[in-house]
Amino acid sequence: MKKSLIVTMALTLSLSLAACGNNTNNGANNGNAAASNNAPTNNAASADLSGSILASGSTALQPLVDQVSKEFMEKNSGVSIQVQGGGSGTGLTQVSEGQAQIGNSDVFAEEKLDADKAAELVDHQVAVVAMAAVTNKDVGVDNLTKQQLVDIFTGKVTNWKDVGGKDAKIQIVNRPSSSGTRATFEKFALGTKTEDLEGSIQEDASGTVKKLVSETPGAIGYLALSYLDDSVTALKYDGVDANVDNVANGSYPVWAYEHMYTKGEPDAATKAFLDYMVSEEVQNDEGDVVEMGYIPISKMEVKRDAAGAVTK
Amino acid sequence: MKKSNDREVATPHLAEEWVGKVYTFICILFLIITIFSMVYFVASKGLSTFIVNGVNVKDLLTGLKWKPDGEPPMFGALPFIFGSFSTSILAAIIAAPLGFCAAVFMVELSPKIGRTFMQPVIELLAGIPSVVYGFVGLSVIVPLFRDLFPGQGVGIAAGSLVLAFMILPTITTIATDALASLPAGLKEGSYALGATRWQTIYRIVLPTTLPAQMTGIVLGIARAFGEALAVQMVIGNAPHIPNSLFESTSTLTSAITLSMGNTAMGSVQNNALWSLALILMLMTFVFVFIIRWLEGRKKL
Repeated sequence: MKKSLIVTMALTLSLSLAACGNNTNNGANNGNAAASNNAPTNNAASADLSGSILASGSTALQPLVDQVSKEFMEKNSGVSIQVQGGGSGTGLTQVSEGQAQIGNSDVFAEEKLDADKAAELVDHQVAVVAMAAVTNKDVGVDNLTKQQLVDIFTGKVTNWKDVGGKDAKIQIVNRPSSSGTRATFEKFALGTKTEDLEGSIQEDASGTVKKLVSETPGAIGYLALSYLDDSVTALKYDGVDANVDNVANGSYPVWAYEHMYTKGEPDAATKAFLDYMVSEEVQNDEGDVVEMGYIPISKMEVKRDAAGAVTK
Repeated sequence: MKKSNDREVATPHLAEEWVGKVYTFICILFLIITIFSMVYFVASKGLSTFIVNGVNVKDLLTGLKWKPDGEPPMFGALPFIFGSFSTSILAAIIAAPLGFCAAVFMVELSPKIGRTFMQPVIELLAGIPSVVYGFVGLSVIVPLFRDLFPGQGVGIAAGSLVLAFMILPTITTIATDALASLPAGLKEGSYALGATRWQTIYRIVLPTTLPAQMTGIVLGIARAFGEALAVQMVIGNAPHIPNSLFESTSTLTSAITLSMGNTAMGSVQNNALWSLALILMLMTFVFVFIIRWLEGRKKL
C-alpha cells in the first residue's frame, strides 16, 4: 500500500519534471500543437518568426495581453509568449534589467524608474483604461465636482450631506499608495497627491474594491470602466458621464494609457507581437480590446504625454 | 579463507555507506545554502534602506507616519508592527482556550469521537488555503461586525478572528499530543485521592502540560504573524494605529503584499518594504528561540 503510493508519487514527480524540461527546452512545441489544431487560419508568411517572449507587470493589462498572446501564438507557431502579473513596478524593473522582453505598466516609466533607466525603454501604448469614482448605491449622489472629490479624499468632507447626499458618514475605499490606478486617479481626477487617511480602507484588487463599495454604507472608491455594473453607482465627474465616447473625445479626463515597454528597439518576434497588439484586428469594435473593457488606442482623439499635457 | 570472504561482503557496503553519506550531506548543504542566502538577501535589501537611502532606524521602528511617496517621504512602520502583534496575539487569545478544550474533549472525555471524527475535521481546517479564509472573512465576518459594532467591520477584530481559525489546528494538535503523552499514573493518582474529573483536568492536567501548550500557542502566534493574504483582505490596510478594534489598520505582511508588486526594485519605496520583511524575519527568529526555550523547559 505504502510502496505503491511512493511509486505513484515518484512517477508523478518524474512526469511533471519531464514536462518542465520539455517546456524550457522547446517552448515552440506547444505553439506548434496549438497551431496545427487551428491550421486553417494559419498563414504561412509568419511561420519564420521564432523566439520566446516574457511579458510581465501590470495586473490591469494582464488579461488583455494574455488573451492576445494566445491568438498570436496560434498564428505564429515559432513564438512562445509568457504573460505574468506582479504589478507595474515589477514589470518595469524586469524589462529594464533585461529579465523580461516586455514590461507592462499602467504608468509612464518616468514615474517609477530613475530618469536614465527610463530613457532606455521604448514605450508602446496599446490601450486606454478609464476610471470612474463609484459609490455605494444608497448615498444619493450621482455627480461630484473635482473640488468635492478632493475634499472627500483629503478628509475635509466626511459626511455625504455636505456634497448633496444623505446624512451618512463617508467611507473611503482607496488603493495602496504605490498603485498605478491610484496614481492615475490622483493625477487626473484630483490633481493632487493624497495621504492614507485614518480609517480609510486600502485594497489593491478591483474585485475587492467593488465588493467593499457595494456592501459598505457610505462607501466611495474608484474602478476601471470595465468593472462597473449595477451593484455600485458610477459618478459623473464635473457633470461628464464616464463612458468610452467622452474619454475618446477628451471631455472625460480620468484615463491612462496601458504601456508595453521594451528595452531599446524590440527583436523581430517581439515587434511582430506588439504590432499585432495595435493591429486593426485586435483594436476594432469586435476585437479583444473592446471585448475585455479597454478603450482602443486608435479611437482616442486626444493624446497625452508623460507630463500629463493633452493635445488634440 | 573466511577472512577474504568477509572483505568481499564489506566492500559494497562501504560504497553504499559513502553514497548515503554524500547524498545526505549534499541535501543538508543545499538546505543551509538556501537558508543563508535567503537571510542574506532579505538583510542586504532591508538594510540598504538605512545604508543607501539614509533612513533613520529609529524613525522606521517608532515613526507613526507611513508615506513612502510623500514629500518628504516618511517611513514610520510602528502602525504595521502594532497591527501584526495585536492581531496575532489576539488570535492566540481566542484560539488557545478553544484548542485546549477541544484537545481535552478528544483525549480525556470522548476519545472515540475525537479520533474518528474531530481529528480529521481539525486537520481539514489546516488544509484550507488562506485565500479561502480571507474571502470567507470578507464575505461573512466583515459584514457581521459592520452590523453588530460601530465602525467599518474591517480591522483588528476581523483579522484576529480569521487568524484564530487558521491557527486553531496548530494549537489543538500540539495540545492533543501533550495531553496524550501525559503519564497515566498522574491522573490515576489524582482520581485515587478522590478528585473529580474536572478537578483532575483543572489542577493536574492543565498545569503539567502548560509548557507544551505554550509551545503550541507560540507556534500559532508565529504562523499568524507571517500570514499575509487572509489578513490583507479583512484588515482594511490603513497605515495608522486604530482607535478601536473595528477600524481599518495594517500589518507588516499586508503592507508588503499590497505594495511590493507596484514598486520598482531598488527604489527607496521598495527597499522600505524589504526592511519590513527584515523585521518580520527577525521576529520569526525570536519566536523560534522562544519555542526552543519552552521545549527545553518542558524536559526539566
